[in-house]
Amino acid sequence: MKLNEIIKSCGLELKNSAEDMDCDVTGGYSSDLLSDVMANAKDGNVWITLQTHNNIVAVAVLRNLAGIILVNGREPEESTLAKAKEEGIAVMSTPLSTFEIVGKLYGLGIRG
Amino acid sequence: METKFDKTVEILFELKVADVMRKDIISIGPSDMMSQLKKTLQERRISGLPVVKGSNLVGVISIEDLIRWLSDGDADQRVEEVMSKNPQCLYADQPLIHAVKKFDQFGFGRFPVLDRESGKLVGIITRGVIINGTLKKLEKEYKEEEIRQYRASHFFGDISADQKKVTLKFKISGKDFDNAGKASTTMKKNLKRMGIQPDIIQRAAIASYEAEMNVVIYTNGGVMQYTITEDKLSLNVTDSGPGIDDIEKAMQPGYTTSESWVKELGFGAGMGLPNIKKCSDKMDLQSEVGKGTTLKIEILIGEDHEVK
Repeated sequence: MKLNEIIKSCGLELKNSAEDMDCDVTGGYSSDLLSDVMANAKDGNVWITLQTHNNIVAVAVLRNLAGIILVNGREPEESTLAKAKEEGIAVMSTPLSTFEIVGKLYGLGIRG
Repeated sequence: METKFDKTVEILFELKVADVMRKDIISIGPSDMMSQLKKTLQERRISGLPVVKGSNLVGVISIEDLIRWLSDGDADQRVEEVMSKNPQCLYADQPLIHAVKKFDQFGFGRFPVLDRESGKLVGIITRGVIINGTLKKLEKEYKEEEIRQYRASHFFGDISADQKKVTLKFKISGKDFDNAGKASTTMKKNLKRMGIQPDIIQRAAIASYEAEMNVVIYTNGGVMQYTITEDKLSLNVTDSGPGIDDIEKAMQPGYTTSESWVKELGFGAGMGLPNIKKCSDKMDLQSEVGKGTTLKIEILIGEDHEVK
């Protein structure tokens, strides 16, 4: 499934566009521990987290993630958006909790 | 269409109609008036539309139909009286080559795209959309091929010397979370430029990030030095304290000495050093309390080590 289709289907608010919004999302990973994401997320995964500070962008760049979804209506910090823009990383936000958004994504066929 | 099997034809087989079709469909209803059609075509600068009732396709109408209607000079009429019924369609799951053949066969400007199961209209396809989609895919494949071919051996192959070595050095500030990860992301981009294999880059990026974060979280600052030769990537990280009391303990997954505010940011979960070890072919950690820590890792990049 493509990133922009996921945004549409889940009603995500796009905070920053990626270079390629048409990219295929290979799966998903949910964690608030950055080392855990580095170790266990896979290339092209979408990452669901409540962390909003700018280090999440570095993790997404280094781990080749398709994008970051912030939960519970959290807003990315200003420095996070600036960095995401610079690196071309998609940042999205949802009012749903981690549990709910992961369930929705799973329903769309996104797997871990 | 020629039967010659070149790259473009291959792409036309690989891509599905759904990959390139326009999903933002502009349509008109069967009971709308022709004057309305004229307005829509003018405003949207398009030359034809699907005629839709509910979400079912009932016909197509084009600028040719409009011209015919205009030249007949009739009074305003309903679209369904002028449109072509039972239009030629494509299915979303068909290879793009079917669409190309259909354009050649019928000479129409567009085809409605239906979902095979529900029979509902899901998109529209024009020659322009096919060209864009094919070019995009060609560009993507070209880029991937370029990266794949330009290996580290090529980078070093262009340089002649008895010994070839590239060294990159970064200063890391302790507790500076705003710039944390910068050295690792910069290094990753450089490795990409050098054409190092993607799986090697990935392992180097993870190990480097964890090492960098350790310096940021636990120390007052340090230096990271990457050395790339034809057969391996070495990373040397040094800091000036406080040092690790018990290295064996520090290497255990889950063991951490970080403060709670650091943990709240998602760091300090006791996974850093185990992550580094997992990504390295060789790892050496030396530390003296009060003096500092030196971490040395090696990742092999020779052709034999492409898949670990």
